[in-house]
Amino acid sequence: MNLSQEELVAAAYGVVFVFVLVYVAIIAAKLARLQRETAELVELARQRADSGSEQASGTDE
Amino acid sequence: MSLSSVRSLPGLAALAAAFMGVAILMALIVAPEDADQGISQRIFYIHVPIALTAYFCFGLGALKALLLLWRSDDRYDLESYVAIHQGTIFGALTLITGSIWAKASWNVWWTWSSNQLVLFLVLFLFYCAYFMLRFSLEEGPRRARSSAVYALFGVVLIPVSFLAIRLAEDFIHPTVFTREGPQMTTVMFVTFCVAWAAVTLLAFVLYRVELAGKRLDADLRTLREALG
Repeated sequence: MNLSQEELVAAAYGVVFVFVLVYVAIIAAKLARLQRETAELVELARQRADSGSEQASGTDE
Repeated sequence: MSLSSVRSLPGLAALAAAFMGVAILMALIVAPEDADQGISQRIFYIHVPIALTAYFCFGLGALKALLLLWRSDDRYDLESYVAIHQGTIFGALTLITGSIWAKASWNVWWTWSSNQLVLFLVLFLFYCAYFMLRFSLEEGPRRARSSAVYALFGVVLIPVSFLAIRLAEDFIHPTVFTREGPQMTTVMFVTFCVAWAAVTLLAFVLYRVELAGKRLDADLRTLREALG
């Protein structure tokens, strides 16, 4: 493979750019997963709170 | 990690991006072309700061490992792991950009006759094995301690790798920083310093982002367990 000096310089800087881009994409995917998990936990906590208040009102009656 | 330090992350990330932009402009346009190596010398402005950052990250990982063993505080385990992970990423980039520079300067992608290159590869592979050790053990204090001891062993390789070129009197790999100072013009040196600051800032932002993500992940796991 015969690459010119200019192409090799561009390749060196391009590789760094691609690495950072891939890293940001991985972090973004992880952030999306954490948001999904947080939403699930919020839903679970709400259900617990609702069932807890229903039990409390049943005891009062 | 406190809430205020997480809030400062977008600002730091923007600053790192701006610094990287300035550094690339200076490296590719402002800095004069090297009389000896020509345009390929411009790889120096990205390759050397990345290599120095890799050394720094491995060193930071070892320091956090030492703090874990000394103070028995669990938070250092995650900090050591993230620093070594960053070091491995920057280490891979060092090998790739170095290989491209070798092709441009020596017309080969790799040479086993340069001690600097081989020792850096050994350092990189040593820290790659860190992950194999870490993920082969069950999560807990034993894994944290074993990983910390391994990370501390690796720190010995950093000065050896860094000083290899001088110790072995290897003339293949260029030596730019000598006892007489940097062997380059003032503009070249300023460009190098800006690039170094930009890469260090980028590494710091990536370290903080990854650490915040890992801590959030751990907190969510604890919360899930608590909620049953």
